[in-house]
Amino acid sequence: MTTTDVETTIHDLSATHRAASETHLDAIGISAWFSGTRVLENVSLSVPPATVTALIGPSGCGKSTFLRILNRMHESIPGAQMAGEVRLNGDDIYAPGVRVTTVRKRIGMVFQKPNPFPAMSIGDNVTAGLALTRTKVNRAQRAELIETSLTRAGLWREVKDRLDQPGSALSGGQQQRLCIARALAVQPDVLLMDEPCSALDPTSTRRIEETIDELRSEVTIVIVTHNMQQAVRVSQQAAFFLAEEGQPGGIVEQGLTDDVFHRPQDPRTAKYVHGDFG
Amino acid sequence: MASTPVQPRKIRSLTADDWVSLVGAILASFALVDLLYLHVLATSGALGFVVSWFVSFMLFYAGILSFVNPRHVIVDRLVTAALYVAALIVLGALASTVVYTFAQGWRALVHLNFYTHDMSGVSPTAPLNQGGILHAIVGTVIEVGIAIAIAVPVGVATAVYMSEVGGRFARWVRTVVEAMTALPEILAGLFVYVILIVYVGLPKTGFAVSVAMAVTMVPIIARAGEVALRVVPSGLREASSALGATHWSTVRKVVLPSAKAGLATATILAVARGIGETAVALITSGASSFMTINPIQNPMNSLPLFIFTADQTHEPLAIVRAFGAASVLLAMVLVLFILTRWLSRDKGARR
Amino acid sequence: MSTSASNTPTTLRSSSEPRLLEPGLERSDRIFHGLSTLTGAFVLLVTGGIGLFLGLQAIPTLRHYGLSFFTTVVWQPELDHIGIAAVLLGTLEVALVAMTLAFPLALMLALFISDYAPVKIKSYLVSAVDLMAAVPSIIYGLWGFFLLQPHAITLSRWLSQNFGWFPLFHVDTDPNAAVWQQSRYTSSVFIAGAAVSMMAIPLACAVMRAVFDQAPQGEREAAMALGGTRFGVVRTVVLPFARGGIIGGSMLALGRALGETAAVLIIISPAYEIKFRVLEAGTQTISALIAGNFGNATASQLSALMTAGFVLFLITLLVNTAAAVIIRRSRSGAGTDI
Repeated sequence: MTTTDVETTIHDLSATHRAASETHLDAIGISAWFSGTRVLENVSLSVPPATVTALIGPSGCGKSTFLRILNRMHESIPGAQMAGEVRLNGDDIYAPGVRVTTVRKRIGMVFQKPNPFPAMSIGDNVTAGLALTRTKVNRAQRAELIETSLTRAGLWREVKDRLDQPGSALSGGQQQRLCIARALAVQPDVLLMDEPCSALDPTSTRRIEETIDELRSEVTIVIVTHNMQQAVRVSQQAAFFLAEEGQPGGIVEQGLTDDVFHRPQDPRTAKYVHGDFG
Repeated sequence: MASTPVQPRKIRSLTADDWVSLVGAILASFALVDLLYLHVLATSGALGFVVSWFVSFMLFYAGILSFVNPRHVIVDRLVTAALYVAALIVLGALASTVVYTFAQGWRALVHLNFYTHDMSGVSPTAPLNQGGILHAIVGTVIEVGIAIAIAVPVGVATAVYMSEVGGRFARWVRTVVEAMTALPEILAGLFVYVILIVYVGLPKTGFAVSVAMAVTMVPIIARAGEVALRVVPSGLREASSALGATHWSTVRKVVLPSAKAGLATATILAVARGIGETAVALITSGASSFMTINPIQNPMNSLPLFIFTADQTHEPLAIVRAFGAASVLLAMVLVLFILTRWLSRDKGARR
Repeated sequence: MSTSASNTPTTLRSSSEPRLLEPGLERSDRIFHGLSTLTGAFVLLVTGGIGLFLGLQAIPTLRHYGLSFFTTVVWQPELDHIGIAAVLLGTLEVALVAMTLAFPLALMLALFISDYAPVKIKSYLVSAVDLMAAVPSIIYGLWGFFLLQPHAITLSRWLSQNFGWFPLFHVDTDPNAAVWQQSRYTSSVFIAGAAVSMMAIPLACAVMRAVFDQAPQGEREAAMALGGTRFGVVRTVVLPFARGGIIGGSMLALGRALGETAAVLIIISPAYEIKFRVLEAGTQTISALIAGNFGNATASQLSALMTAGFVLFLITLLVNTAAAVIIRRSRSGAGTDI
């Protein structure tokens, strides 16, 4: 990954994107602090390309914190610190001289609470990432990008006739899919999702899970979820996080989702997937 | 099996007894005060009558209620009555101000020349079909316009600084800005007078008034603007960061557009405050009777200044003109006010 | 079967110490932050500079008039014998009269709006209060002089007739005369205070109402469930909760009343004496003094006026800062944006 300036054309982005299925994302020895209190201890995870990796575990174990370290959002919180390395195709994204803005264009994020920009129309919301990073596209490319992104997010048919309406005029599930489209429009190599369905009703949740399944061949996905059934439904890899009382969190067990859920090696994993605690 | 559809029940909180007690007390006290005040004691004065009526009403009401109600309920009802009266007093005072101003100025307002002429060559005692306040209206508009051009960029930039950049120094700025929103306008005028007019040597012009107005307006815009920016949900800023935007990009394309209505309201509030600033104009501007559109070189009249100087002449016709100008000023404030209400209405359908 | 990280470099950085990260600020962001800070500094300088500037004027004033500037009662510019003793007292009197009228009315109106008014008209009431605050002060001055004064002086006369033994209400004339001297009752502290109260009421009321609205709903419901009347709920939950907002809002209004110029100018007739007879004609406030005298002031009188302005500045700054601190520290003010 280079440290060249922000202005790129969409042509370059697509070129990078075609290699997404060969994207390797590795987290090595990650620790995290909030105002001096350690919340993650020596976590390592290797994210296989073109798959969905689920981070599971009870709430408060550091799953979201770990996710935010993967795209350098963690450091925007005052008092937050990290240690370790995150390597995207072999390059440490935390190396000095690396621009965070560039990192975040390669590794995108969808948040728990849908947050479309209310001052922009649906169409503008989709291309907001381009506007924000001053990426130039011509009008034809823009229209095509909007259609492609919304289709990939499973929203195109519902909104194609009202692209001019404000982004906040949609239902919760639609708003979240709009946010997914917005993240996809930047053509990231990896998409991080922080409990994307927890604020949605079951029907919208199902639609989004279908979307995630369709996307995984084009973009590597890491999803945090505290819903075990969802993890089984959407992911191929899983990592189980746990934090003992007053201790920093870490990964207890990781591997193929099927293995983690049906043949867990660690007794704590077994207890969790069995539903003994949540 | 047919069943009648279920209807919601009507639940009334006031009983018939409550209404009778209230009306009875009002009538009885009125009759008593009427008898005593006007016929027995033969005192005069509307104010005294009303006050006596209210006092005796409270006594009667308390007495009537005590037949069936326990003490804490009586206290509750009396307090309710008192609060209604207090609200009526204050709102009545406001209404009387607005109505009186328009009523007194009406004689001047009906003449077209009031809006199209200035007072050059017209003495204060001249009849109302001569002269007008065109120069004052124009002066106010130009002075406020320049003040806005100065104050809005500075104020919004300061608000952005306090809200988006922050830091320890920003806290100092916020403290000073907050203290300055309460600065008496005459001190701002005095400051500008000495700096610009005495030291720098500029003449007493409309521009000096604008600068002093801007000094008053900037803290208001900065503080109300900061509040408007803070209300923008942090999730939006996060989403923008996660897309790879720089801080400036996020502020310019996400935060500011979302806070548009709040920032506009802050500006309008500051303007409403600025256009009524009499003391400022008194000190930094000469009250010319000529119409001029050059704020840099000439003294400009403005509505508050015109009102004040006309009032000081103590001439009846000049005072009618003063009220006329006051009506125009009040109308401007009303329009601005309605604008703020319209801007902060609930927009669109949110689900 | 669990897998571990596939590429473990041989030189693994220790995971037990935090890394020092450079956020790698873009050039545009550096410019943004820099310009932004500069603007903040500029505003700080100009607005803070006002106080400093006025204060520096005390030096030539003290040099010319000495400390007697603060004790001299009269203001006779022709004799160059000036002082702000009477003026300072007048300022305080007008402000206090205004607050005596404004505090109960603002409190009752705020309570009415937040807890008693029918819900449908509540937003109109809030708008009405905001409108009251937006009306320019000179209009209240005209209202006070032409509409209120003729009626208020009958009240002044009644008070001096029946309570004239109390120094505050005494007026230097015969209130019982068949043809009473109206001019002894006009242009008084009382009338000016009444006009200023029209500006103090909406300010205090807005703060108080915002604070009343924030009284915790849970506590309100508990009081209701125990059988409390509406006033009972107000007395036990709302008023204790809102103490800070009530005091703070009143002090903000007081600060405004101290600095009010236009209405006072129109109503009063300047008189320089130490007196407490608020119903009697004649008084002077600092802001009216400055506005009325700066035009014909000599250089040293001008710096004297500015010293008077500095005194006013200090007083209002003190009052407003105290108000802000009280509001912020109180339980009710924590969430309020005043």
